[in-house]
Amino acid sequence: MKLAYLLIILYALAFAAPFVNLYLRKYSGWILAALPILVFGYLLSQVPAVSAGTVYAEEYAWIPQLNVNLRFQLDGLSLLFAMLITGIGGLILIYAGYYMRSYEKTGRFFSYLIFFMASMLGLVLSTNLIGLFVFWELTSVSSFLLIGFKHEKPEARDAALQALLITGLGGLALLAGFVLMSIPYGTFELTVMIANPDLLTGHRLFIPALILILAGAFTKSAIFPFHFWLPGAMQAPSPVSAFLHSATMVKAGVFLLARLNPLMDGSEIWFYSLSVFGATTMFVGAWLSIAQTDIKKILAYTTVSAMGTLVLLIGTNTTYSMNAFLIFLLVHAFYKATLFMMAGNIEKKTGTREIEQLGNLRAYMPIATGIMLLALLSMSGLPPMLGFIGKELIYEAKVNAPGAAPFILAMGFLANTFMVFVSIRLALDIFWGKEVRFTQKPFEPDISLLTGPAILVLISLFLGLFPDIIEKSVVTSALRAISPDTEPVDLKIWHGFNLVLLLSAITILTGVMLYLYKTKTIAFARMVNLRYFRTRFSKRFFDFIGLFLHLTKKKTAFVQHGYHRFYLMTIFIATSVLVWYMIAKVPFTHIQLESLRTVPLFYIAVAALIIMSAIATLTAQSRLIAFISIGLVSFGISVIFITFSGVDLAITMIMVETLMVILGAMVVYHLPKYLNYSGKSSRVRDAMIALAFGSFMTVLVIKTGAAPPQDKVSDFFSLNSYPLAHGKNIVNVILVDFRALDTMGEITVLAIAAIGIYALLKVKLKPGE
Amino acid sequence: MLTLLAVIIGFLYASSIYMFLRRSIVKLVLGIVFLSHATNLLLFVTGGLRSGEPAFTAEDGTVDLAAVSDPLPQALILTAIVIGLGITAFSLVLVYRFHQETGTVDLDEMAEQDKP
Amino acid sequence: MRSEILKIAALHLKPLLLSLSLILLIRGHNEPGGGFVGGLMAGTAYVLYGMAFGAEKTRQLCMVKPFLLIGLGLLFALVSGLLALLLTGGAIMEGIWFSIPVYGDFAFKLGSPLLFDSGVYLLVAGMLMLVMLSIMEEG
Repeated sequence: MKLAYLLIILYALAFAAPFVNLYLRKYSGWILAALPILVFGYLLSQVPAVSAGTVYAEEYAWIPQLNVNLRFQLDGLSLLFAMLITGIGGLILIYAGYYMRSYEKTGRFFSYLIFFMASMLGLVLSTNLIGLFVFWELTSVSSFLLIGFKHEKPEARDAALQALLITGLGGLALLAGFVLMSIPYGTFELTVMIANPDLLTGHRLFIPALILILAGAFTKSAIFPFHFWLPGAMQAPSPVSAFLHSATMVKAGVFLLARLNPLMDGSEIWFYSLSVFGATTMFVGAWLSIAQTDIKKILAYTTVSAMGTLVLLIGTNTTYSMNAFLIFLLVHAFYKATLFMMAGNIEKKTGTREIEQLGNLRAYMPIATGIMLLALLSMSGLPPMLGFIGKELIYEAKVNAPGAAPFILAMGFLANTFMVFVSIRLALDIFWGKEVRFTQKPFEPDISLLTGPAILVLISLFLGLFPDIIEKSVVTSALRAISPDTEPVDLKIWHGFNLVLLLSAITILTGVMLYLYKTKTIAFARMVNLRYFRTRFSKRFFDFIGLFLHLTKKKTAFVQHGYHRFYLMTIFIATSVLVWYMIAKVPFTHIQLESLRTVPLFYIAVAALIIMSAIATLTAQSRLIAFISIGLVSFGISVIFITFSGVDLAITMIMVETLMVILGAMVVYHLPKYLNYSGKSSRVRDAMIALAFGSFMTVLVIKTGAAPPQDKVSDFFSLNSYPLAHGKNIVNVILVDFRALDTMGEITVLAIAAIGIYALLKVKLKPGE
Repeated sequence: MLTLLAVIIGFLYASSIYMFLRRSIVKLVLGIVFLSHATNLLLFVTGGLRSGEPAFTAEDGTVDLAAVSDPLPQALILTAIVIGLGITAFSLVLVYRFHQETGTVDLDEMAEQDKP
Repeated sequence: MRSEILKIAALHLKPLLLSLSLILLIRGHNEPGGGFVGGLMAGTAYVLYGMAFGAEKTRQLCMVKPFLLIGLGLLFALVSGLLALLLTGGAIMEGIWFSIPVYGDFAFKLGSPLLFDSGVYLLVAGMLMLVMLSIMEEG
């Protein structure tokens, strides 16, 4: 089975989804989930081979001249991600099938979601940077559609636009970074680059490339200071949040960092910047989650924190951190997808997701309570969940972090404490606590809504109990892809009493303490947020967009002023300046200007006639005079035609001019008084512009005349006029035989002009039409 | 002679530009006429200037290339002249109808009327 | 206020101009002339007539409507272009010729280019009539 087929299957499913939804509405979620789950099954079957070291790769030529090809590779890292994408994606489709029932246009929704899934899969499978970029942008675009799915709400539109602009701008930076990266290698193929990393890290373009790539990855993964789009994206329906913010969209940035890690291995800056940004984001996200009251917003900020943690783990670059990275990646995907889906369930069944309006739900939905509690255990890092192992490893990594260990450890401790606090709050305030009067009586969510979350927590629990399964299956091979020198660590649920366990215990105790003084904690967090975190990133962002639009409008009003002659003036002045510059730059010496004395007086008279008539036209005070004098210009020109062998031209010109004068006389009769609208100064200015333009035309004519054309096509016409077309009038033969198709077009234009004139004159609108 | 023609062409172009920059739409139409004249003449000059050697074959159909002026620019100009008539007629009628509907031939006033 | 001189001139010039225009059309292939200038001249004949007698009378005088002329002109041009394609399998707009022997060596050559030129002639004449008469009727 080719990897490309997997993508084609999913994209085809995306286009088929609306039809499936149309005809099998009731079961659409289950049916649509079948294919992704089959793909997941296929990927699962590849696990033994991949963990044994096989790397599947295939390449399709796209633009081989530019070294741009589609190359898909299934190694440990992409397999891990691909399984998360299709597996969680399938479960979310089942969930969405029921969840989205109250919405309209669900067919479109499924289409977007599956399209997103396919693009995400393409992203993790690609190793050609251009291919990867294309899939990257496809995820941005489809996530825009998903986040803005409730497009009748202005907040949803704003959030979608914000997400698109930030990830889109990041995408552009990423493309620039990829291009810079390709310069030392002359190829966009990542595997080629990884084979020889020193070429990039030693190159002078390395730092710019690094900055651009980090900009791309950080915007996608909502890393501080680009974290603000993620909470905004909570406007999306819950299945979208559950998918985008657990296993996919935000993980794309992390995936990229992991993918590039072996390439950047030798760079200190890489690890420093990841550590600093990761640690900051980890702390900021966790801190901001404290004061939130909307369940989904809380989860969004914890997601930000988790992304920071993942980035930090790559940046720490130790055996423990790399192992912790992979484990935490899985842990987070499992619990965050579950929690988002459960948040959607709670909202669905109670009508609110404000934590303060909820309470004692355990009495109404016991199964949901159980699932949620297990997921929260995983999030707060308590046994027996996989989350516990993840958190232990993270602590282990932080304790052993080189360099700034105390700083990172302190940040991590605080972030984890807040995480514990938030988990307890989510559990107790929603499912225990005071009885609340609900507008609608809550009851247990339906089986479709619970299937996905239940499967995910059970996997999380199972893997927490038997962690060596993942170590053997995916971690080892994924480690080979992201950090070849790192050995896998033995995963155990019980590590014995040591510093890390002590840290965990202190963390949990502090979290519990914080919860006991919940009101004070939240009040304190709000106070600090108000006083020190006043800057609303999201608002600032929209202010910036507003300013940008304002300036654009100003600029448009300035450039598009609506005055026809100023547009023309711009064009003429610009053309004159450019052409005169070129004329001045390339002086011509070999041209001799003839003396006027050699020109027969007759021609001088004709020239004088033309120029005088033209001046008369320009200065005429009546339209009739203007039309008659321009007629005189034409007669002068026909004299030129006839003296230089243009017989047919001269006759035609005279005929046309006669008609033109008649026509002008007939039409101007109906027009208002001929007025001079402009003042003297503007006339002088226009005359200057006109002369600047006209004079370079004169120079150009002289220059062309100096270089007679060679290989004239007209020689063919002349020689074959009689033999081929039996005509002695070569001009006429060209018109009606050699180039008859052109003439055909021209007379069609004439016919259209005539019909246009007729329509203008005869078809008149009645007043009010 | 070429220099003289070049001056004429340049002056015609200048006249056309000057007319384009006027506010009256009738003058704009005259500018178009000037422009087509200037361009026709420009094309004509590129074919080379030959006196008394029109583009005809001899009686037996043979052609002495050295003694025949370039027919191709002439063919181009011929259609251009007739199309120029069509275009001028169309624009004049357009101006006329425009004046009927809006009551002005001043481009600036039209621009003002056009603004929201 | 139509001038009597113009009326008489138009009356007598019209047949003259029309025949001259036909001559220009037919000899155009070998000597100065052709469809464009012939059509212009034919149109001018009617324009002159229209100036002398008014648009309405001119319209009555015309046996064919200007639109018909324009349409016929396009049709002629198109047919002449397709002739080669249909008859000899040549390319579009390729000229084909029929030789009509008149006397001895002298043969009158008739070809599709003449048909094409007639199309041009009809179209240009029709266009002029349509445009000029429409404008005249604006009064």
